[in-house]
Amino acid sequence: MRRFVLIAVPYLWLIALFLIPFVIVLKISLSDVALARPPYFPQLDLSQGWEGLTSFFAELDFENFWFLTTDDLYWKAYLSSLQIALTSTVMTLIVGYPIAYAMARAAPEWRPTLLMLVILPFWTSFLIRVYAWMGILSNEGLLNQFLLWLGVINEPLTILNTNTAVYIGIVYTYLPFMILPIYSALERMDDSLLEAAEDLGCSRLSAFWLVTIPLSKNGIIAGCFLVFIPTIGEFVIPSLLGGSGTLMIGKVLWEEFFSNRDWPVASAVAVILLLILVIPIILFQRNEQKQREAEG
Amino acid sequence: MSQTVFAPWDDPNEKPLIQFRNVTKRFGDFTAIDDLTQDIYTREFFALLGPSGCGKTTMMRMLAGFETPTEGKIFIAGQDMAKIPPNKRAVNMMFQSYALFPHLSVWENIAFGLKREGKDKDAIAARVEEMLRLTRLSKFAKRKPHQISGGQRQRVALARSLAKAPKLLLLDEPLGALDKKLRQDTQFELMDIQEKTGTTFVIVTHDQEEAMTVASRVAVMDEGRIIQVATPAQIYEAPNSVYVADFIGDVNIISGRAKPNGDKVVTQWAEGQPDIIGTTATKFDAGQEIHFAIRPEKVAISTEEPQDAANKLQGKVLDIAYLGNISTYHVALPTGHVIKAQTANTRRLSRRQITWEDPVWISFTDTAGVLLER
Repeated sequence: MRRFVLIAVPYLWLIALFLIPFVIVLKISLSDVALARPPYFPQLDLSQGWEGLTSFFAELDFENFWFLTTDDLYWKAYLSSLQIALTSTVMTLIVGYPIAYAMARAAPEWRPTLLMLVILPFWTSFLIRVYAWMGILSNEGLLNQFLLWLGVINEPLTILNTNTAVYIGIVYTYLPFMILPIYSALERMDDSLLEAAEDLGCSRLSAFWLVTIPLSKNGIIAGCFLVFIPTIGEFVIPSLLGGSGTLMIGKVLWEEFFSNRDWPVASAVAVILLLILVIPIILFQRNEQKQREAEG
Repeated sequence: MSQTVFAPWDDPNEKPLIQFRNVTKRFGDFTAIDDLTQDIYTREFFALLGPSGCGKTTMMRMLAGFETPTEGKIFIAGQDMAKIPPNKRAVNMMFQSYALFPHLSVWENIAFGLKREGKDKDAIAARVEEMLRLTRLSKFAKRKPHQISGGQRQRVALARSLAKAPKLLLLDEPLGALDKKLRQDTQFELMDIQEKTGTTFVIVTHDQEEAMTVASRVAVMDEGRIIQVATPAQIYEAPNSVYVADFIGDVNIISGRAKPNGDKVVTQWAEGQPDIIGTTATKFDAGQEIHFAIRPEKVAISTEEPQDAANKLQGKVLDIAYLGNISTYHVALPTGHVIKAQTANTRRLSRRQITWEDPVWISFTDTAGVLLER
C-alpha cells in the first residue's frame, strides 16, 4: 500500500500538471474561434447529459491543423526555429566544451569557484539579463562604443534586432546547460587514461580525440539536448533581441494568442511543436538510460 | 646440464639497457629523487621497493617520460631520453589503476597501441590474438572493461602494455588491487610472461614479498635514494644497513660497541650480558657503534641450556604468534630487549613444549647474524 502511494504521488503530479493541461490545449486546438469568452467554441456542457457530450465531440475537427498547412508562415517558422536551435546548439557546444574542459583540468581547489561562476547568472532574472544584452548590443550600446573607441570600426555595427543578436542571446543563456553535463563527464575521467594513451603512442591531440571526446560523449549529448529542446520553443530572446526577420515558432505562437486572439490556431501550433519536441526528448532519455546502464 | 646464472650486473662487458646518471628530481621544495645513479640490464626483472613517498614511482614515471629529471640524465639503450616524449619511447607502462579505456572492448584496448603504429589490419589482429592467448583472455575479447573481473582487467592491462613488444615494461604496483591468493598466482604468471617475451621489466611495489618473489634484483629505496641493490637472497641475507634489514622481512637488531677480534667481531651491548660474537668481512674500529642484525628464523629457542652455541642468552617468553606453519616467540631478556625467535611447526600444536612465561634459552651461531655500521 505504501509503495503504491509513493508511486502514485509523482503520477498524480504528472497527470495534474502535464496531462490535463495538454488535453485542454488539444481540445482548444480542435475547436473553432469564436467571439466569446473564452474565445472558442464548443464548450463542454455536462448538464445536457449524453446528448451534450456527443454534440460536443461532433463539433471538434482538425480544421486548424489543416489551416497550418495552407499558410507557409507556419512551416517556415517551424523550419527556421529548428535551424536556429540547431545552429545555436552547435555554437553553444563550441563555446561550452573548452570552458568545461578548462574547468575539469583546473586545480581541484578552484573547481567549486569556477562552478559557482557558471551558475551565478541564474541568480539574476533571465529577463533582466536579456535586457542587459539589448544595452550591450544596440547601436549606441557598450560593445559599439568600445569598438569605436578602439578604432576597430568607424560606424556602429547593427547587431541588435538581427539573428546574430538572437544567437548571442541563446548561446549566453543556455551555456550553463551545456557546460555542466560536459564538465561532470570530464571531471570523472581518470587522468591516467590520457597518460596510457600517450604511453601507447598517441600525441596529445590524438589522445584528446580518441579518449577525451569519446568519454565525454554522453555529456556532450546531454548538453546538446538540454540546449536544443528549450531553444526551439524560445520566445523571449527572439522577440527582444531579434528583428522582424527573425522567424521563430515561439514568436508566432505568441502573436496568434495575444495579437490575433485565435486560441484554436495557437493551440494547434503548440500541439505540433510538442510533437516535434517529443522526438529529441525520447532520444535524450534513451541516452540517459544507456549511460546509466553503462555505469550500472 | 649446468645453467649459467643470470647476472649481467656482474659482467663488466655487459651494456646496461637503462642508465640513470646523477638524476635529481624536485617538485618545488620536495626532492623526490636525490642524485641517483643506477644501471638496469636487458631481460632483468628489476624491482623498486620502498615505502610510499620514497621516489620509486617518480623514477618509473621518468622512465615512461611523464616526468623529466631536474638534473642528470637518463639513457635507454644508450640514447639520452631528455627530449623524447612518452609516445616516442619504446617503453610501455602498466598503470596502477590499469587505465583501461572504458569505451573500448578488451580487444580494442589491446589493439590501441598497435593501431597508433599504423600497422596493417591483419598484423594487428594476429598480434592481439597472440596477446589474448598469452594472458588467457580470448573468451573476453568482446567484453568492455566494466564487464570483467579485477584479475581479468589486470591481465588486459598487461596484454595492452606488452602488445607493442616494448624494450622495457614498467609495472606500477601491478598487483595492488588483487586479493592475496590471486596476487601470488599472478606473480608467477608475470615471471613466466617476462621469461617468454624476454622483455625487461621494472616493477614498482611497496610489498617486499612481491619484490622478493618476482625480481632478479631488488632496489630498496628511501627518501629519493637507493639504499641497496642486490638479488633478493643478498638483500635478505646480507643487508647493508639497518634500514634494509628492517624493511625486508623480520629482524632483531641489537646495538652496541664493536670489539674486533681476528675475523670475529664482538658486540658489547649490555652490562652483565655475554657479548655477541659475529663474523664480518668489514673492518670495524674498537669502540665503534655497531648494529647486530639477526633474522628470527636463525635464532633457536630451547628450554635447556644449549651446549655448543657461540651465542646464548637467557630470557622469558613474552608472547607467541602462531602462524600455522611457523611460530614466532617473543623472548624478553633481563635487559628489556625483546628477541624474536622462529621455529617451524613440524609437530602438532598439542605437543608444543614452550608456552607463555616459560624461562628459555635462545641461541645462534657466530655466522647467523650480520654486523652493520648504520
